[in-house]
Amino acid sequence: MEFSELIRTGQAQAELLRGPEMPPLRGTLCVTGHHLLLSPGPQATPDLWLLLLRSVDSIEKRVAGDAGTITLRCKDLRVLQLDIEGVEATLDIARSIEALSSLESVITSFPFFYRPKGLRLGEAWHFHPPERYYKRIARETWSSPLPVPQTRAWRLSEANEDFSLCPSYPRAVIVPRAVDDDALARSARFRQGGRFPVLSYYHAPRGTVLLRSSQPLTGRQKLRCAEDEELLRAVLAEARPGARGFIVDTRSAQAAKQARMTGGGTEAKAAYPGWKRLHRPLERGRPLQESFVRLMEACGDPEQSMDRWLSRLDGCRWLSHVKEALSTACLAAQGMEWEGACILVHGAEGTDSTLLVTSLAQLILDPLSRTMAGFQELIEREWIQAGHPFQLRCAHSAFSHTRPKHEAPIFLLFLDCVWQLGRQFPLSLEFGEGMLLALFDHSYASPFGTFLCNSEKERCLCEVRTRTHSLWSGLNQPKEQRKLRNPLYVPNPLAIWPSVEPQSLRLWQGLFLRWTHPPEPSEVAWEKVWQIATDQKTEGSQPTDSASEPQP
Amino acid sequence: MEHIRTTKVEQVKLLDRFSTSNKSLTGTLYLTATHLLFIDSHQKETWILHHHIALVEKLALTTSGCPLVIQCKNFRTVHFIVPRERDCHDIYNSLLQLSKQAKYEDLYAFSYNPKQNDSERLRGWQLVDLAEEYKRMGVPNSNWQLSDANRDYKICETYPRELYVPRIASKPIIVGSSKFRSKGRFPVLSYYHQNKEAAICRCSQPLSGFSARCLEDEHLLQAISKANPANRYMYVMDTRPRHRMQSWWATQKDIGRIILNAMANRAAGKGYENEDNYSNIRFQFVGIENIHVMRSSLQKLLEVNGTKGLSVSDFYSGLENAGWLRHIKAVMDAAIFLAKAIMVENASVLVHCSDGWDRTSQVCSLGSLLLDPYYRTIRGFMVLIEKDWISFGHKYSERCGHLDGDPKEVSPVFTQFLECVWHLTEQFPQAFEFNEAFLLQIHEHIHSCQFGNFIGNCQKEREELKLKEKTYSLWPFLLDDQEKYVNPLYSSTSQKPAVLEPNTVAFHFKFWRNMYHQFDRTLHPRQSVFNIIMNMNEQNKQLQKDVKDLES
Repeated sequence: MEFSELIRTGQAQAELLRGPEMPPLRGTLCVTGHHLLLSPGPQATPDLWLLLLRSVDSIEKRVAGDAGTITLRCKDLRVLQLDIEGVEATLDIARSIEALSSLESVITSFPFFYRPKGLRLGEAWHFHPPERYYKRIARETWSSPLPVPQTRAWRLSEANEDFSLCPSYPRAVIVPRAVDDDALARSARFRQGGRFPVLSYYHAPRGTVLLRSSQPLTGRQKLRCAEDEELLRAVLAEARPGARGFIVDTRSAQAAKQARMTGGGTEAKAAYPGWKRLHRPLERGRPLQESFVRLMEACGDPEQSMDRWLSRLDGCRWLSHVKEALSTACLAAQGMEWEGACILVHGAEGTDSTLLVTSLAQLILDPLSRTMAGFQELIEREWIQAGHPFQLRCAHSAFSHTRPKHEAPIFLLFLDCVWQLGRQFPLSLEFGEGMLLALFDHSYASPFGTFLCNSEKERCLCEVRTRTHSLWSGLNQPKEQRKLRNPLYVPNPLAIWPSVEPQSLRLWQGLFLRWTHPPEPSEVAWEKVWQIATDQKTEGSQPTDSASEPQP
Repeated sequence: MEHIRTTKVEQVKLLDRFSTSNKSLTGTLYLTATHLLFIDSHQKETWILHHHIALVEKLALTTSGCPLVIQCKNFRTVHFIVPRERDCHDIYNSLLQLSKQAKYEDLYAFSYNPKQNDSERLRGWQLVDLAEEYKRMGVPNSNWQLSDANRDYKICETYPRELYVPRIASKPIIVGSSKFRSKGRFPVLSYYHQNKEAAICRCSQPLSGFSARCLEDEHLLQAISKANPANRYMYVMDTRPRHRMQSWWATQKDIGRIILNAMANRAAGKGYENEDNYSNIRFQFVGIENIHVMRSSLQKLLEVNGTKGLSVSDFYSGLENAGWLRHIKAVMDAAIFLAKAIMVENASVLVHCSDGWDRTSQVCSLGSLLLDPYYRTIRGFMVLIEKDWISFGHKYSERCGHLDGDPKEVSPVFTQFLECVWHLTEQFPQAFEFNEAFLLQIHEHIHSCQFGNFIGNCQKEREELKLKEKTYSLWPFLLDDQEKYVNPLYSSTSQKPAVLEPNTVAFHFKFWRNMYHQFDRTLHPRQSVFNIIMNMNEQNKQLQKDVKDLES
């Protein structure tokens, strides 16, 4: 397919309105295969304005007289208005944008053409989290004071080398040493989508583990699977004699029971001795998408009264979802840290709320995951490689008129929870709000290949790693650091327990109101914080250890 | 001491009001003449000043003892469990007596002794000099002069002795106007804007009934208008909601139709300026509710945020129902209107409400704060409070309930002012020399009665109480602790447009957690950005000094 078939018009004269605080731009508008370009002429600054067509979420056109207006609502929540000369030109440009922004083919998408200066293909794809993470666990178990047999409790299995066990898992996964690859294959058949229990995080200070999987396929007949039971028994046996485990099910008890009717279900108590089930229902899918849409509707209306705003903020339930997600992550983390228990998290498919809980629990417990490199690795390992279907979930953001099918802002919810952690522990995360905003933008539309596709298998088929640039290599360039890093970071070796009371949670204005209310004074203030902090560092003194002790 | 029966109770439990696990600390409770003191087993002390106690409740006896709940005016809530009911009863009765004093002389300020000699104390009181402040503003000048009309509090008991009025306003005009204004509070200067030559003036409502007029008052307004050479017209801002005033007018007119004029005049006690009688005034209602609405709004807010295990949804619907943020926004909007009238239209503004000591103080002081960067410094803020609140007769003793009196006179008018300032510091992080702790500390002391500044309802009363001889001023103590209250991001140079133009779209108003949950440590961010930046700043300074020392 040629892009030129979809481009109806060469160019047109237009004026672009970019929001309340930005001056309008006038110039020549032009649609290319992947971009919308506006060239205001050589004297103007900037001399070229670019928009990735993939980032257009919805488009509205209006014509009056011999001119037209196109309103573009973008996936990064920006709203742009183009006033175009000529009715035909307006309609043609609108049609071209519509056609090009909704192309579904991965291999013709922009990342396959993006060749920025200063970056080399293949760079920063060198994270191989399963292998790398396994090395860390091996190191931590060897140096731990545990008795010898327990130090070799885990192994890296390549049973999924050809993605035959589980299409949404990476090639290598970490599993109990006592369980062989055949048993894994049987357990995979007993779990939805083949997602058998694998290690997500090893909590070295207590020698406990966090696992994740999908629901067991017990069905109406209450089927059992000896290998699956053996796998979970081995987890407890290798952690500590007499260790306990909790299964955190992200559905309500009712919903979990109902899942049996469609072939799913939960672990029966009798079949998994030592494991106790806890239900913590988390919204996902359509209710979550609707919550996001309603929140953005409320954020788009600056004229509303205080009462209306508060009632819409309440009505959209977004902050309730934040609270529930953080509470469930705390529950999992407390289980490991305080009770010394092993935790298995799953919902139904195990690719959404499950990942939300496991990744947040790690940020709470693991100081390494709060560093810049560690956070990137966490996202790579717990979201991208763990098979969160980014392509489906982030196909549209809050403004799309099309009926949502698979869209859900679960990754955004994760980023919001991380932002709340950062607000409550402003010194403990090495990355700042800029990093979270960048991840949000790139997860919905990006020139980089990192968030393409739904699983490792698909990424292999599309050769994403060899034919596109990695977002991490883009973000780790020195010029990006000031935007992304937290100048106040001081490593904090302790767990960070957030408060989840509604009084402690705040709407993430930096994201949801980013374009409507540019927080200019606070940006200047941020610049000053940087200045103070860098003075500090260049003068070579050590910041005092004022990281207060977190309280549970 | 006659109210104290039990001075010490052991084995008392202090519950955390938000802890879900009902955690408690055990310790000893002491009752002194001025404080309630709890020392827990870690030797941590909790001091509660008797004057801070707003409400003491003895709940029904439980198996573990007798619960005693104390709510404080600084929004601390403590929940003790006293093992024996008799002890609890004694303490309860003592606190009831001690927290409600009948006479001024029993307030803490009259016994508080910080070990200063008389000259130090006097110097403390001279720290804020309002004559100096008027000089700084640029009065007296060719248009404004100091009037001696109220030198002996003859015209208005609740005004200070020294008042600035237009030079062309003669004494008979002032006297005539004062008779036409509620409580004799005639229009006087509150703030003079030197560049614009425009003034903020304040007064109480005219006693116009539905037909009365007063030529002297009309002359005085004209004199204020003429004192501004740049603009012919002036604004009269009635800070009360239009609907309340209009419904009142309607009833007045109906009465007028039916009964005699004299009868209607007798009913007069409320009113606003009739535009027909005053030349060149523009009349404006700005809609701030009265003290009773504000009191019950705060009451509702405290009920909501005091709920244990509050859901996000209940929190936001509670915030909405309380209306508190709506009221804060109304005060802010009024101040913005005032500042704009001066900056944009060059017009002088006369502000009033009913008596001109609550809403008028809020609007005049906030308006000045928006206009003049001096009031955003630590010293300037003290001056602002002394001028627009203390000297112009905000009734601190009644509004804060210092003495056992009419509970209907209590209202959080000054708290709202502080909250508006806090919202400004959030929107303009570099514009204020002081930080949140400064605002919280001032709030603490308007209720503490530890210092003389906020005792009494007007200057005349304060002089009669001989506060300057018998008590200490708060300001020097705050200045001594200045480093605690400095905003490290403050930049006096970055304030290019010296006028603040806050955004009052509903999104920008947030629940002030650090005020209403100041003492609920579990709800707070666990790390403070301010502290670390302060430390860094200090170290930078020290290093720079070291470098200089080494160089010389």
